[in-house]
Amino acid sequence: MRAAAAHPARRAPRLSLARRMKNLLMGALILLATGLVVAPLILIFGYLLREGLGALNLEFFTRTPAPEGEAGGGLLNAIIGSLTMLLMASVVGVLVGVAGGVFLAEYPRHPLMPTIRLISDVLAGIPAIVMGLVAYGLIVLRFGFSGLAGALALGFLMIPIVVRTTEEVLKLVPLSVREAGLSLGLPQWVVILRVVLPAAAGGIVTGVMLALARVAGEAAPLLFTAFGNSSVNFDPTRPMSALPLEIYRGATSAYDENQRMAKAGALLLISLIFLTSLLARRFSRRK
Amino acid sequence: MSEPAPRAPRPPARAWLSSGSDRVFQVLILALAAIIVLVFVLSVYQLGRESWPALRTFGWQFFTERTWNPVAGKFGAATMLAGTLVTSLAALVISVPLAVASALFVAEYAPKWLANPVGYLIELLAAVPSVVYGLWALFVIAPLLGRWQTAYFLDPANVPTLTRCNELWAQGQTSLQCFFVPSGAGGRGLALAIIILTVMILPYTASVARDVIRLVPQDQREAMYALGATKWEVVSRAILPYARAGILGGVILALGRALGETLAVAMVIGDSQEILKSLWGNASTMASVIANQFGDAQEALHRSSVVALGLSLFALSVAVNLVARLIIARLTPKGIQ
Repeated sequence: MRAAAAHPARRAPRLSLARRMKNLLMGALILLATGLVVAPLILIFGYLLREGLGALNLEFFTRTPAPEGEAGGGLLNAIIGSLTMLLMASVVGVLVGVAGGVFLAEYPRHPLMPTIRLISDVLAGIPAIVMGLVAYGLIVLRFGFSGLAGALALGFLMIPIVVRTTEEVLKLVPLSVREAGLSLGLPQWVVILRVVLPAAAGGIVTGVMLALARVAGEAAPLLFTAFGNSSVNFDPTRPMSALPLEIYRGATSAYDENQRMAKAGALLLISLIFLTSLLARRFSRRK
Repeated sequence: MSEPAPRAPRPPARAWLSSGSDRVFQVLILALAAIIVLVFVLSVYQLGRESWPALRTFGWQFFTERTWNPVAGKFGAATMLAGTLVTSLAALVISVPLAVASALFVAEYAPKWLANPVGYLIELLAAVPSVVYGLWALFVIAPLLGRWQTAYFLDPANVPTLTRCNELWAQGQTSLQCFFVPSGAGGRGLALAIIILTVMILPYTASVARDVIRLVPQDQREAMYALGATKWEVVSRAILPYARAGILGGVILALGRALGETLAVAMVIGDSQEILKSLWGNASTMASVIANQFGDAQEALHRSSVVALGLSLFALSVAVNLVARLIIARLTPKGIQ
């Protein structure tokens, strides 16, 4: 960039008008295209603000949905369901994901390392709805619809994201830190747990937050696992609601009132997800 | 490339002090990491077992047969397969130039104070949940398209075309011209699914493209500027050719996303198992059929056929992802990974 501007006076006479016009035109097109890419985000957020903000009142956070088509009610069941399932999903996602990342980064010469890396990559590409089918077959067929089945599907979806970010931040920890620990005579596992992991903690937390933000918006794998529940439920062995599920049901409902609830839910969900991504970014930058 | 770094010899004191506990820890970590493999194997097993009845009954014809009729107990996935491929590929074709342009903007054109926020906005685009895209498409874009369609129907000048196409469609046929004529779906349908998919996969291609463009060595740019090239000439002749393969990897990764995208598409595509007679007509994808029918599927064969769609989608995603990773891995300089 700098180089182009360095000697404008000497460069100018060599440029034909056609080349200059083409340069300007392509620059303008690139600017236009970027505007087109960013526009949907602004339009969606603006639309949800306009349509949903009015419904985000106290009742929204403290009541369960009103009967179909009736005014009033809230999405307390969905908020609590989402939080419960995300908490349970994190147990699976963080435990397996961080362990996977540690394995890939700290034991790079283990014979199983390439296999696990490959399968983790492949897992990242599996559609969420297919994970729903898998969790259905594993849990719902035996025990019925439950929050646990939904959480398992979400946890499976979290794993590859956490693995990848953990592996990447662990690789950023300088080798000299590990060597310093080892030269003190500490066993490798103590070095990993007490030196390497704490040094990378910020990055790992970022990865977990990004994974949570990603699966918090998933409704597809919950359709036939958690299934939804119109009342507040803390029991993970029974059907459970979630924000994306209620948004899906409301958006496809014929009633204005349910649609309005869906828009308010979407505004809440999108705000939480944006906030989480923002915090995750802050977090990773600060270290 | 620089010489390989000399590997530090293992400290001899460690061996006798800690080999036992290290072994235990390694086994523990490996056991947890092996759950990743377990999840994969369980998925294959589960999907395979449940789709076996359908695949055994219909064989390879499952993928070539167009009828999907739960009442008659006949299931063929050809129309959904076509719907999935058409929506994904069309979305890919539209999104690639936009994504690459926005990546160029962030990496090459924008001043730093603008590049960071714009790059962040594009990342947020990837964070918007599928249902929210679906809701927006349903409430905002569909009415717009619907209004345009109504205007087309009401215009007397279009009556002859419409009559001819309606006859053609009634016979289960279509022509290239009629493919772009509205078929009366009120905004929902194939076109809307393509539009929303385009928006959804944009950020994936854009972020990979941006990363690859940033990897282009600075000398490459400076050499061209020194020869008196304009900015666009540098971009088109020094940067894009260098980044081409990496961008391709990002595009294929985005294709994987598009193939499996479910609810946004399921909400707007109209879910019908007709042949793709018009761009504006109803259609279905494998993912949309799973979302819309699995819960209601009572018959064993119906249910098994829906899971068979899931298995096909699984296989397709795995294949597409492996290709994308292969391309990306081949590009990454050996010293880095």
